[in-house]
Amino acid sequence: MFHSAEEVTGAMKIGIPKEIYPGESRVAASPDSVRSLIKLGFQVVVESGAGAESQFLDAHFKEAGAEILPDAKSVWGTAEIIFKVRAPMEFGKNKHEADLLREGCTLISFIWPAQNKELMDRLASRKVNVLAMDSVPRISRAQKLDALSSMANIAGYRAVVEAAHAFGRFFTGQITAAGKVPPAKVFVIGAGVAGLAAIGAASGLGAIVRATDTRPEVRDQVKSMGAEFVSPNIEEEGTGVGGYAKVMSEAYQKAQVDMVAKQAAEVDIIITTALIPGKPAPKLITKAMVDSMKPGSVIVDLAAEQGGNCEYTVPHQKVVHNEVTIIGYADLPSRLARQSSQLYATNLLRLTEELCKTKDGVINVNMDDEVIRGTTVIKEGTITWPPPPPKLSAAPAKPAAPAKPVPAKPESKGGHGHGAGEPASAQSVLATGLIGAVLFGLVGMSAPAAFLAHFTVFVLACFIGYMVIWNVTPALHTPLMSVTNAISSIIVIGALIQISSPGTLITLLAGLAIGLTAVNMFGGFWVTQRMLRMFQR
Amino acid sequence: MNEGLMTVAYIGATILFILSLGGLSHPETSRRGNLFGIIGMTIAVVATLLGPRITGVSNYANIMIGMAIGASLGVFAAIRVKMTQMPELVALMHSLVGLAACLVGFANFIDPTAHFTGAERTIHEVEIYIGILIGAVTFSGSVIAFGKLSGKIGGKPMLLPARHMLNLGLLVGVIVIGKWFLETETPEAGLAPLVLMTLISLAFGVHMVMAIGGADMPVVVSMLNSYSGWAASATGFMLSNDLLIVVGALVGSSGAILSYIMCRAMNRQFIAVIAGGFGTGGGTAPAAGGEAPQGEVQSISASETAEMLRSASNVIIVPGYGMAVAQAQHTVFEITTVLRAKGVNVRFGIHPVAGRMPGHMNVLLAEAKVPYDIVLEMDELNHDFPQTDVAMVIGANDIVNPAAQEDPNSPIAGMPVLEVWKAKTSIVMKRSMASGYAGVDNPLFYKENNRMLFGDAKKMLDEVLNSLRA
Repeated sequence: MFHSAEEVTGAMKIGIPKEIYPGESRVAASPDSVRSLIKLGFQVVVESGAGAESQFLDAHFKEAGAEILPDAKSVWGTAEIIFKVRAPMEFGKNKHEADLLREGCTLISFIWPAQNKELMDRLASRKVNVLAMDSVPRISRAQKLDALSSMANIAGYRAVVEAAHAFGRFFTGQITAAGKVPPAKVFVIGAGVAGLAAIGAASGLGAIVRATDTRPEVRDQVKSMGAEFVSPNIEEEGTGVGGYAKVMSEAYQKAQVDMVAKQAAEVDIIITTALIPGKPAPKLITKAMVDSMKPGSVIVDLAAEQGGNCEYTVPHQKVVHNEVTIIGYADLPSRLARQSSQLYATNLLRLTEELCKTKDGVINVNMDDEVIRGTTVIKEGTITWPPPPPKLSAAPAKPAAPAKPVPAKPESKGGHGHGAGEPASAQSVLATGLIGAVLFGLVGMSAPAAFLAHFTVFVLACFIGYMVIWNVTPALHTPLMSVTNAISSIIVIGALIQISSPGTLITLLAGLAIGLTAVNMFGGFWVTQRMLRMFQR
Repeated sequence: MNEGLMTVAYIGATILFILSLGGLSHPETSRRGNLFGIIGMTIAVVATLLGPRITGVSNYANIMIGMAIGASLGVFAAIRVKMTQMPELVALMHSLVGLAACLVGFANFIDPTAHFTGAERTIHEVEIYIGILIGAVTFSGSVIAFGKLSGKIGGKPMLLPARHMLNLGLLVGVIVIGKWFLETETPEAGLAPLVLMTLISLAFGVHMVMAIGGADMPVVVSMLNSYSGWAASATGFMLSNDLLIVVGALVGSSGAILSYIMCRAMNRQFIAVIAGGFGTGGGTAPAAGGEAPQGEVQSISASETAEMLRSASNVIIVPGYGMAVAQAQHTVFEITTVLRAKGVNVRFGIHPVAGRMPGHMNVLLAEAKVPYDIVLEMDELNHDFPQTDVAMVIGANDIVNPAAQEDPNSPIAGMPVLEVWKAKTSIVMKRSMASGYAGVDNPLFYKENNRMLFGDAKKMLDEVLNSLRA
């Protein structure tokens, strides 16, 4: 049955099979991640040659503590947890990786459950747990295991490298002895992780970079990466749930088309990254726009796998139309295999840390944890996808929640007033005034004249204190306290007046009070003087 | 000396006291201000001594003995106290004022020479009652505050179940006993309720301060400062002495304003602080606050820190209670001197509630001879952080927490903070990754431009200083 913490004795085995998708160079572990996984208490088995194309040799894995197994079958056969990059797929005749999964095991890889209904059913029938790296919720806590972002980052970078390769000129403008070279102009559509990485890489090479996005809040991020933000001449916000973009209105799309057309005629390189989850990629670049581009221009379409943002795009291929190169590679991260394997392995490691908080080499698929809940698409043979919607947008909250207005509490003590220069609300002034008036009225009605004289002095003194203290510089608040403390030993007057009254007890009490206040009087002034002497320019 | 002359002397003393407080508006005039205070106190005491109310040589002798003992103790303490211990000393002194107010109140009550009748008698007794009440609360509260500040009592807030009901019960008890007290005919009969009320007040003072945690101490200390003033004022009413009333009111409003400033600096209601316990008196519980911050914590070594400081042109140092605990202010000054000699513009940013009492950091830096014109208030330099190369945080946490601005669900949301994360690089010196007093994780530590220098502040700063000099 299923491995829960009580049933399993000893550490679980994590298996890393070689990817079988044609052209896939990545691997789901790096020697570094293996080392950390072993530290978490797991055992790791790696298929021989799994990391070869990422330049991670068997020897490297072995040195990190992994066991090398000769073929895929033995890896799938021994491991309780399988780490993969690509979703399980068919191989050979009527053979499928999903069928290699043993009951009760856990698979962690990209799955794309929305597009792969059949695969999901197949996996579910194997009675396994499946965690999809593409379904990690987009909340800040889960950023460290967000493989989509790390892959997008690499894709953005690689897109610029591919463009530079196909583009026949320098990116940076130069004035050489042999003549002037204008800088390349790059236009990036969609400023998600990939778009931002592309902006950074392109401006790093010295190009003039412009970028657009339907979500206005990315404007600052675009600027911070060194690009100019261009937007259609119309107001509409495109932030959807979970930080993704949403489908825009017709008027907006029209304005957007105009803007893209204008840019296409001007720039040398276009990198498109516009994706809307669960929908085919929007066709932002029409054939006419491509035709309007300068000869030698390059388009890199990062949305190729979802149909492409450009009408000419052929997925997985580089095509040339009208002297414009259109690159539709869908495997850009795989083309930077060592880097992407390393980052992906780290993402998996972070997820494993979340799954194995006890660090005892046993995972716990805790469905109460928001991150694990979102990532898990099949739990013990039951499809749990799609998860409940995420609670927070990854974008900053639109208006900050206005602070709850706190009604000023009328203070009975003098002095707890409002700060200088801080206007109190009319309501609270009125309330304080009314309460004050009632209190004063009560005092005036019942108190004898002698008391009222003292009361007058008291109230006026409170006001003088209020006025004087606001002028005290905050740097001198400690001396202020010690000097007011010394001054409050004025209470000694009370003791002095009492001491001559008949009765030993009174003399004793008064004498004691004199002693106590003398401590304060002399000590307070002395230490204040000592402190103030230290304040020097 | 006749009554008229004495009253005039009192008026003179009052004016001097007001001038004394006014002098503190600037460091340059502050020493003169303190001198005014001393002169005012001398005039008041001498006028009273020469006045008609003190009779008999033996009484003069008693006064002199009391004064001499008290004065020597006070001066001894004032000379010996370390600047890091100022909050303790101030709290202890507040307790003395509170105790003295109690004693004077009791002495006055059992004084057979006082004869009042009718409404005047009632008012007089109410004054005694209130005077002793405030005095007792000030006394026991200050003693507990002293214990907490000096580490003799744990800094954690002690929260009894149903403590609000308990406080309310104590208040009702005091009122009921007060009624009983006013109905008694003779001083002998009145003594019992008076003593009972004193005990309740003492318990109330203990309970109130026990419920308040370490970093709320600035509010507590200034509140007790205020109370000691009100105690003096109440004694003045009791003795029909205007000088006491005026001075007490000055001190009382001073403490009240300080408490208000401290509360505003934490964006909390005075009532919420006094009701005790962070997040329980007001706002949401810390657990409900937003997501845990994400990202990698990047640590840095002392020599790398020195390197960054040396290559910076603008540095802002933000000290907190950790600097006071580690006694690191002198090393901070040395580092400042070395950097300033290299032409680095070093300034200090002080948060109003940094430390354990208002202005605590300023006093420590002044002790270390840091010139006061490079020690600035939060509002004065908060907008300078974007132009700052290195912001160094020494033993502070909540006062530099970006969550106060960024996370509306954070328990400290809306509290004004020093925006160190806007500097090109911020370095946080801290003993460990533990969260601050408010129990809130600090997203600053995870920011990309932040580095952590782990270790004891004094030891680490010494290493930084050595690398700087090398």
